[in-house]
Amino acid sequence: MNAAPTSAEIAFYFATLSLMAIGGVNSLIPEMHRQFVEVHAWMSEREFVELVALSQAAPGPNMLVATLLGGKLGGLAGALMATAGMCLPSSLLAYGFARFWQRFRHARWQSIVRDGLAPVTVGLILASGYVLTHAADHGWVAYGVTVATTALVVATRVHPLWLLGVAGLLGLAGIV
Amino acid sequence: MDRPSDFGCTPVVTRRALFFAFLEIGLSGFGGVLPWARRMLVERRGWLTEKEFTEALSLGQVLPGPNIVNVSIAVGTRFHGAVGAALAFSGLILMPLVIILVLGALYAHYGHFDAVRRFFAGVAAAAAGLVLAMGIELAIALPRSWAVVTIMTLAFFGAAVLRLPMVAVLAVVAPISVGIAWWARR
Repeated sequence: MNAAPTSAEIAFYFATLSLMAIGGVNSLIPEMHRQFVEVHAWMSEREFVELVALSQAAPGPNMLVATLLGGKLGGLAGALMATAGMCLPSSLLAYGFARFWQRFRHARWQSIVRDGLAPVTVGLILASGYVLTHAADHGWVAYGVTVATTALVVATRVHPLWLLGVAGLLGLAGIV
Repeated sequence: MDRPSDFGCTPVVTRRALFFAFLEIGLSGFGGVLPWARRMLVERRGWLTEKEFTEALSLGQVLPGPNIVNVSIAVGTRFHGAVGAALAFSGLILMPLVIILVLGALYAHYGHFDAVRRFFAGVAAAAAGLVLAMGIELAIALPRSWAVVTIMTLAFFGAAVLRLPMVAVLAVVAPISVGIAWWARR
């Protein structure tokens, strides 16, 4: 484990992530994993994947994964700096555009950019799933839980929280 | 235009109502708040028409950053400028932030307990599945074309297998993909 980053470094890291978060925060998971686990070794693979899982089990926007990861890197100050870093640059941008809402609402470039970014976003979210699977699953039962969860979410309308809970109990029972 | 404000009657939304509406939205969703935002802003409060919400959402998705945060900024700005943006954003984030800080603190204290570790081993495996499922559902909704599948595969391969820095993946794949989308629309 390397020396933890300062609050300013945490704010900077998440601010740059904020501006790369196309299609939302879920596309950032491979990059956060790369920086925090592989390059800087600020947390273990297990801590990373567990904090991502915890953020998914909590209510509210999924950007709060930044809060949890920031908290791991720098305690309460780190959590708040990561949250601010993740929200502020993109929010200032959104504010700038929203000021001129009327001018942009029918803009053709908006739908072109959206169509163009969509496949990139989807590729990155699938990469997020891949990275998390790789980090979380050690053994066939864990892979089975991942595959079963994927299939149930795609094919049924079961609430994700149930799946997380059942998987947690399987883990508690020592099966996963 | 189906918007009431085009006839000179923008819905009256007080700052207080704006804050509390987003406070409720923030607490509503697990693993995604956007459907709840639509229900609240369009159906229950009638502050935005379906079309206006889609426009705000579209802006939120085109711009980088957390989508729902961008939507809260756009909607807040529309009704009360910078103050509205700050109110909508803080309403959205306040309670979930407090909850996540508490959960994070509990994890930091009890995360190393054997039972907690085993529980999380299971939860993490399922959480990976949730993200995979989201990717698969989005992939199914994409238009079927060679260009789209190629771009998606390149982005996946660069980020997941080659583990390239995201900025490198974006710098190469995003301009090509937007260029293709522009070409297709000409």
